[in-house]
Amino acid sequence: MSSTEDVIMAIPRELTQNPLRKIWMPCKNGLPEKHISQKRVCMTNCPTLIVTVGLPARGKTYISKKLTRYLNWIGVPTKEFNVGQYRRECVKIYKSFEFFRPDNEEGLKIRKQCALAALNDVRQYLSVEGGQVAVFDATNTTRERRATIVRFAEQNGYKVFFVESVCEDPNVIAENIVQVKLGSPDYTDCNTEEAIQDFMKRIKCYENSYQPLDENLDRELSYIKIMNVGQRYLVNRVLDHIQSRIVYYLMNIHITPRSIYLCRHGESDFNVRGCIGGDTGLSPRGKEFAQCLGRFIQDQNIKDLKVWTSQMKRTIQTAEALGVPYEQWKALNEIDAGVCEEMMYEEIQEHYPLEFALRDQDKYRYRYPKGESYEDLVQRLEPVIMELERQENVLVICHQAVMRCLLAYFLDKSAEELPYLKCPLHTVLKLTPVAYGCKVESIYLNVEAVNTHRDKPENVDISRLPEEALLTVPAHY
Amino acid sequence: MSMEQKELTQTPLLKIWVPGMGSSLGQRRGSSRPQFTNCPTMIVMVGLPARGKTYISKKLTRYLNWIGVPTQVFNLGQYRREVVQTYKNYEFFRPDNEEAMKIRRACASNALKDIANYFTKEQGQVAVFDATNTTRERRGVIISFAKEKGYKVFFIESVCDDPEIIEENIMQVKLSSPDYENYDKEEALVDFLKRIDCYKMSYVPLDEEKDRHLSFIKIFNVGSRYLVNRVQDHIQSRIVYYLMNIHVTPRSIYLSRHGESELNLLGRIGGDTGLSSQGQKYAKALAEFIRGQSIKDLKVWTSHMKRTIQTAEALGVPYEQWKALNEIDAGVCEELTYEEIQATHPEEFALRDQDKYRYRYPKGESYEDLVHRLEPVIMELERQENVLVICHQAVMRCLLAYFLDKTADDLPYLKCPLHTVLKLTPLAYGCKVESFYLNIQAVNTHRDRPTNVNVARKPEEALQTVPEHL
Repeated sequence: MSSTEDVIMAIPRELTQNPLRKIWMPCKNGLPEKHISQKRVCMTNCPTLIVTVGLPARGKTYISKKLTRYLNWIGVPTKEFNVGQYRRECVKIYKSFEFFRPDNEEGLKIRKQCALAALNDVRQYLSVEGGQVAVFDATNTTRERRATIVRFAEQNGYKVFFVESVCEDPNVIAENIVQVKLGSPDYTDCNTEEAIQDFMKRIKCYENSYQPLDENLDRELSYIKIMNVGQRYLVNRVLDHIQSRIVYYLMNIHITPRSIYLCRHGESDFNVRGCIGGDTGLSPRGKEFAQCLGRFIQDQNIKDLKVWTSQMKRTIQTAEALGVPYEQWKALNEIDAGVCEEMMYEEIQEHYPLEFALRDQDKYRYRYPKGESYEDLVQRLEPVIMELERQENVLVICHQAVMRCLLAYFLDKSAEELPYLKCPLHTVLKLTPVAYGCKVESIYLNVEAVNTHRDKPENVDISRLPEEALLTVPAHY
Repeated sequence: MSMEQKELTQTPLLKIWVPGMGSSLGQRRGSSRPQFTNCPTMIVMVGLPARGKTYISKKLTRYLNWIGVPTQVFNLGQYRREVVQTYKNYEFFRPDNEEAMKIRRACASNALKDIANYFTKEQGQVAVFDATNTTRERRGVIISFAKEKGYKVFFIESVCDDPEIIEENIMQVKLSSPDYENYDKEEALVDFLKRIDCYKMSYVPLDEEKDRHLSFIKIFNVGSRYLVNRVQDHIQSRIVYYLMNIHVTPRSIYLSRHGESELNLLGRIGGDTGLSSQGQKYAKALAEFIRGQSIKDLKVWTSHMKRTIQTAEALGVPYEQWKALNEIDAGVCEELTYEEIQATHPEEFALRDQDKYRYRYPKGESYEDLVHRLEPVIMELERQENVLVICHQAVMRCLLAYFLDKTADDLPYLKCPLHTVLKLTPLAYGCKVESFYLNIQAVNTHRDRPTNVNVARKPEEALQTVPEHL
């Protein structure tokens, strides 16, 4: 080995633990150095463009929105770009299906412009704003249009993954139209009959030129073809981790009507004393709630209800009162507060004032020493969400932080909002998927309980006074 | 009508809350095992010879067992070899060979009987029926059998037309089969190709239309395309996800623990300390070793704990931190020595020795929890190619158990000494293991199971197998 070709012996860099996230990072002169990659879900080097394909009323927008919500929840910055919306901004008033006739030159021009405008915004999002996944929601029913998109992606260094929805079941299509098309801005001035008729004609405009993704002609593309709302899937050339996760997710969702009930355990002994964490049993009021919950569930008359709890005593005690089988999930355990377990907020302020302040500065990413963060919780809960998607009627009896994470998934709340979502004791949230979102009904079962919700105080600075820190601590015994 | 609320007690080993005194498990409403499926599932392979059916069967079975779903393979070829002691040549498989047909049908029938036995008497949950099953008629027999018994059926078909892949298959696994002990390579290849031809005439692949009521996955050309039909439940969904993530590209996985840590030296478990001076030496040696291996596109993974990250830092390459790779959480026993655990928690210490896999530390984890936590890591390892995982003793045991198909009983006692790299290379149906001790001294952290695991044992008996430390 020549002397000019010295083997570079890496001098191991000093490590420092980031005070907020408790991540060990290399540092120089006490300052964190270039960021070493944390395990991010999206283990891909380049952004991904997801492109929907399919005739109108095949669930493309439903899938786009749902997938975007899921990816954002697991921490992959994702945004959807709906070409229909661009068209509505361009053509202020929708007259009729004639706009979509394949021989309508002017219509075609406008529609092409809209698609290009959307792609432009995609480029802005992925290359400039740091987005990781963009969902391009349009019919994209011709090979020509798809080729344009593939060229665009190649030029910009994006991976492309197509999601095609194929459905011939007239019942499903009719239901789609009723659920989401009638309420569209396009049809504000039509009655139901007229709207349906017009929309059917609109679909017809696309049918003749529709070139579905083809096993042979499109064998070099990466895609999933979803047939008849998930009865069958054709998956071609999955390139990387994120595409694999997207396929898995799409194969687990369904549209069978059902409801998900979320609630916390009944009030616990620790709740009453204002202590966080731990593994105590229910207070007398908590036990009363459990009984009420049992009656409530019976009255709801839910078909084939599954009941899930954590592995902590208080949720199990609550479930026991229902008198039905239940499943214990360790993944549903409350956030681990590490060294702060079983302390009251007053004690945390006294013993760990710095930690207490850091938590208020970034409650989502803050990790308790030897404990977890909300961000960790989300990762832990992902298999629960996946199974919730597979299931139908489920009652999840869990904990405050856990319930916030699950709720944020269903209601599309950001990481900033998530840790402050209100999930009071003795209140059941009934979530029912409707159109593109989720209807929430909140049912308070009329059994008194302490409030455990601590708002973000005004002063989050580490130099703040104890009173300022404890300003928003809820009352306890 | 008010439900009487029984008191809950926490089972001492698993730390699971159950109603009553914990004895009447039969009455328990709360299951703490994930409910993968309500009824037994038969996985039925479909495909011409040399399409990877046995490879998939074995790998899938290994995965399912590792995640806690009791699974067994039933390979029809083996049944046939037991009946027809000596294999002569491909003529046995000719479709007009009446006598052979009779034998083959009898074998299938016996295999199905064994499957029923596995489900009813041995608490099996999944049975993988590994055979060609290339005719609709044979598949019909299986479906009727399953329907009668109340089993779910999921077909896995492997379709491949690439002659290179098929020949590679034959070279890797057929030539060494007991069938071809007395053949030379050339002859074996010729005979096997004729064997495949015997099946081709009557092969009816699963059809999108005609078989639309069946649950199946069709794998094309070793995973470039998949057709998935009617996934019925959770376990089938997991199986599909797994199959879609595995590949056959040659690669190696390197497993190593962090360098010796400060707490290792003191005989303390858990914690989050840095490397000792020996540990730092190991990190440098590891860097040299890795360079020497000249690995293409190596990915390096660590946990979130200081000692693995410090080790990775010495490599001078990018690495990814996984919280899921953190060492087992010893709960209230964190940072204690075994002697201290014996002194302060003698009952816990004994319970751990009684069932080290399922034992959960108070406010901590069990090996069983660890496996559950590591499942996404395994899934990603399957997707990846060359990877070096720098982790911890219990974690490494779990990962190793997956690759080497070790049982839950063996897993917690697998030897994973400090300063030793294990190189795992997939080979035929299994995994080749090479062990590299990088010649940097370190303490031993392996505690064998002592002879006396009874709660009433004396401290000396409990501490008999504790390795030396400062």
